[in-house]
Amino acid sequence: MSAWDWQVFCKNTLDGSVVAGCFGSGGDITYFDWLLSAWGWTLSVSILALVVALLLGSVMGILRTTPSRGLVLLGNAWTELFRNIPLLVQIFLWYHVVPALIPPLRAVPSFILVVLGLGLFTSARISEQVRAGIQSLSRGQRMAGLAMGFTLPQTYRYVLLPMAFRIVIPPLTSESMNIIKNSSVAFAVSISELTLFALQAQEETSRGIEIYLAVTGLYFISAFAINRFMLWLEGHLRVPGMIGGGK
Amino acid sequence: MLNLDFSFFSWQVVSGYIVKGFIFSIELTLIAMVGGILLGTLLALMRLSSRRWLNLPAAGYVNTMRSVPLVMVILWFFLLIPLVIGRPLGAEISAIITFTIFEAAYYSEIMRAGIQSIPRGQVGAGYALGMTYAQTMRLVVLPQAFRNMLPVLLTQTIILFQDTSLVYAIGAYDLLKGFEIAGKNFNRPVETYLVAAVLYFAICFSLSMLVKRLQQRIAIIR
Amino acid sequence: MSMIEIRNISKWYGQFQVLTDCSTNVEKGEVIVVCGPSGSGKSTLIKCVNGLEPFQTGDVVVDGISVADPKTNLPKLRSRVGMVFQHFELFPHMKITENLAIAQVKVLGRGQDEARERALKLLDRVGLAAHAHKYPGQLSGGQQQRVAIARALAMDPIAMLFDEPTSALDPEMINEVLDVMVELAQEGMTMMVVTHEMGFARKVAHRVIFMDQGKIVEDDQKEAFFGSPRSERAQVFLSKILQH
Repeated sequence: MSAWDWQVFCKNTLDGSVVAGCFGSGGDITYFDWLLSAWGWTLSVSILALVVALLLGSVMGILRTTPSRGLVLLGNAWTELFRNIPLLVQIFLWYHVVPALIPPLRAVPSFILVVLGLGLFTSARISEQVRAGIQSLSRGQRMAGLAMGFTLPQTYRYVLLPMAFRIVIPPLTSESMNIIKNSSVAFAVSISELTLFALQAQEETSRGIEIYLAVTGLYFISAFAINRFMLWLEGHLRVPGMIGGGK
Repeated sequence: MLNLDFSFFSWQVVSGYIVKGFIFSIELTLIAMVGGILLGTLLALMRLSSRRWLNLPAAGYVNTMRSVPLVMVILWFFLLIPLVIGRPLGAEISAIITFTIFEAAYYSEIMRAGIQSIPRGQVGAGYALGMTYAQTMRLVVLPQAFRNMLPVLLTQTIILFQDTSLVYAIGAYDLLKGFEIAGKNFNRPVETYLVAAVLYFAICFSLSMLVKRLQQRIAIIR
Repeated sequence: MSMIEIRNISKWYGQFQVLTDCSTNVEKGEVIVVCGPSGSGKSTLIKCVNGLEPFQTGDVVVDGISVADPKTNLPKLRSRVGMVFQHFELFPHMKITENLAIAQVKVLGRGQDEARERALKLLDRVGLAAHAHKYPGQLSGGQQQRVAIARALAMDPIAMLFDEPTSALDPEMINEVLDVMVELAQEGMTMMVVTHEMGFARKVAHRVIFMDQGKIVEDDQKEAFFGSPRSERAQVFLSKILQH
């Protein structure tokens, strides 16, 4: 095995010449430029999909705890559907099948389709967490809210959800880290994110180990950053007098 | 609105394209499950050991595997294994090795929780009867831990089965690949992806329902 | 017109009947104690009064308003009836004052300042003004239950329902809660109280209801009930409870 060659990142992606300073100019890009842009795509896909997943997952999780049978059924069906099909197959469905069945969606860029695919897949998992969080609260809390004259939506808004979301933050942290990892399937529909970069740059340069190390490192850093943010959030929302809360 | 046409899905197509991939997906799932649980149990015991030279490497291994996307792990192994053994290796074999080693990290976390759920007194009781550490683990602790964790282990296996589709990254011939090739050859990608999704859903949904029932039965026995 | 009229209500969980044809009245200013062995349906009955537990047949009429009528604005009805729970059910993420103020603001539409002022006044009354800025998790069980009573009173209820208010408390904390309840009763509050505290019943109750297996077995004036309960089951129950 030959020695390390980190200079590979300073090479021009077109002719392979080493560029001083590692950043390309005049329209040319180096592998380092490409790596950073791929990281940007990974983060964009992940963060947007996370927003979609949090919104839909919370709504579906909440529906599953309501007294209405129809709403519970809707939430359950949603969760089972998006949980029991492999993510990659779901991405292919969004990319190949959905635009074919719904012609107006043909104009939608594949980036958006991947965000929807990853977001809906993750929403099923978040719906599970949210449902479990709400159900872990005692039935008495719901009754106490209603007994004070709150309507059901008010009871959720002021009584159940503030506590449920605090409970759900740790599992949501790991789901948020999962979404960064899962965004890697976007390579399969030609989103120029980190994994696709890894595959293509490895092919072009034959410096697979250096390329993979850089990509793996960036995945680490991204997941770590999300983890720190969620820990900060958890600490911020701590309730005094509760387990894990300050006095 | 597009016209869907599933008529090309004859038994010839199924046996020619799908069955081969299906068998590999099942094979991959089962081998990685058995190997992953064995290796994972070992890792769990290492992590619970008080010896630093045992628990530190195990913790490092598990945490590393759990923070890297599976697709990247698949690519890493596909790149590294030939360098280590000095000759190229087929995508299928590479996938089997990768999944076993990767899933071990996830199974080990489940087994660790399972072992920790067994009261300390059980270990004491084993020692009091004159058993060695290995005997106490093998005869007393692990069987209980395994039983308690069975539903979680099976749920992880359903996830594993879904994840086998990711061998797409190195071009291994699995269930999804079978559908993809059939779709390309008959120029019916929309239909084939739909059928693939329905099939995956049917398998995973019925398995997860079975796990749910098993969970209820275990809860009753306890 | 009675403040609370319970008319022939029955309730099933699936096949299992938890309430069978229960009827009684609570007059304005009256204090009723409901007792009975566990599983007798007493907690379910009191939760039917403000519609927290749905029932299949019969009706409950509170201050002239039907609970079973689908057109009834249940949140509005509930806001006029205070309820105190076995496990306090304070909202753990809110400070004590916020616990008392939130429904005043969001349900009754009072201003923040007015709600806060009323909250502090009631906290003072249950002897907890010093704890106003704490969170529920930082108080003892007895203190939490007194806060819960104050929270219900903050809505200026026309009647109060108590669902085993002392049964989750350590023995040394029971009296601080009962004292607040006795005071309320003596001020003329209409109260329906599910409890095993027979001392409380003797002191302030007007009537005692004894339930068993989902039925109201006895519904007597206090003196009659403690003098000589008619049913054998009530006698057995009383002898068990009064032994200690």
